[in-house]
Amino acid sequence: MNVPASSTPEQTVEIDLRNPGFAALLAWLIPGAGHLYQRRTGKGLLFMVCILSTYLFGLGLGDGKVVYASWNHVDRRWQFPLQLGTGVPAFPAIAQSMLVRRGQEPMLNGVMAPPRSADELSYWHNTLNMRFELGTLYTMIAGLLNILAIWDAYGGPVVSEPGKQERGPPLDGPSKDKKAT
Amino acid sequence: MLFGSSLHAAQIWYILPLIVSVSLVYGATRHELPRPILYHAWHTAVWMTVFMGGIFLVLWGLSMWL
Repeated sequence: MNVPASSTPEQTVEIDLRNPGFAALLAWLIPGAGHLYQRRTGKGLLFMVCILSTYLFGLGLGDGKVVYASWNHVDRRWQFPLQLGTGVPAFPAIAQSMLVRRGQEPMLNGVMAPPRSADELSYWHNTLNMRFELGTLYTMIAGLLNILAIWDAYGGPVVSEPGKQERGPPLDGPSKDKKAT
Repeated sequence: MLFGSSLHAAQIWYILPLIVSVSLVYGATRHELPRPILYHAWHTAVWMTVFMGGIFLVLWGLSMWL
C-alpha cells in the first residue's frame, strides 16, 4: 500500500538501545537478535525473517554448497567474508573447512564443506549451473543486509530526512536513547 | 539477440524475493515504526525495479542492435 508521506503524521519514538555494543554483537550472531534484546520486537522479527529467509533460500538454491570457507590454490572464496555477515548460520562453513584441512571427512553430508579439488568445484558449477551463482548472490546479500541491521542495532535508525525529523538530544535518559519515526 | 535469448523469463522471478527483502531491510534501517518502514520499502522497491528495468532495456536494446 502506498501511503503518501504528507498524510502520515510524523511520530517520534524514543529508542532505548540498551548496551549498543552487545546488541550489535547479538545482531551479528543471529540476525534480528540484537533488536529483540533492545525490545524492538517488530524490527527484530523483520530483520530475522528477511535476512534468514534470504540466506536459507540461497543456501537451498545452491544445494548447501555455495557457503564455504576456502583460501587456497583450488579456490579463493572471497564471497565467504560477506556471507559471514549472517553470523552463526555461516559458522558451519568454518568448522567444515577446518575438518577438510585436517584431512577428515566433513560433517552434515558435506553441506558447507569446501571443494577438495578444482575438478569437484567444476562439477558443482556444472551440475548446479545458474543456481550456484544465484545461491552465492543470495547468501552474500543476506550477509550484507545483516551489516545494515547490525549498524541499526548499534546506532539506531539512520535519519534520512533531517528537515522532517527532530535531531536534538533525547528528552530524557542517557545519550544511548534515540528518537526516530 | 544473445542477451535476450540467454535470459529465460522464469529467471527474472528470482529477483522478486531479493527486492522485497532488500527494500524491507533498507526501510527498517531508516525508520522505527511500521508505516514509515513500509512506505520507504515501497519506494525503494519501485526505485530498484525502475533502475534495473532501465539497465535491462539498454542491454536488451544493445543485444538487438549489435
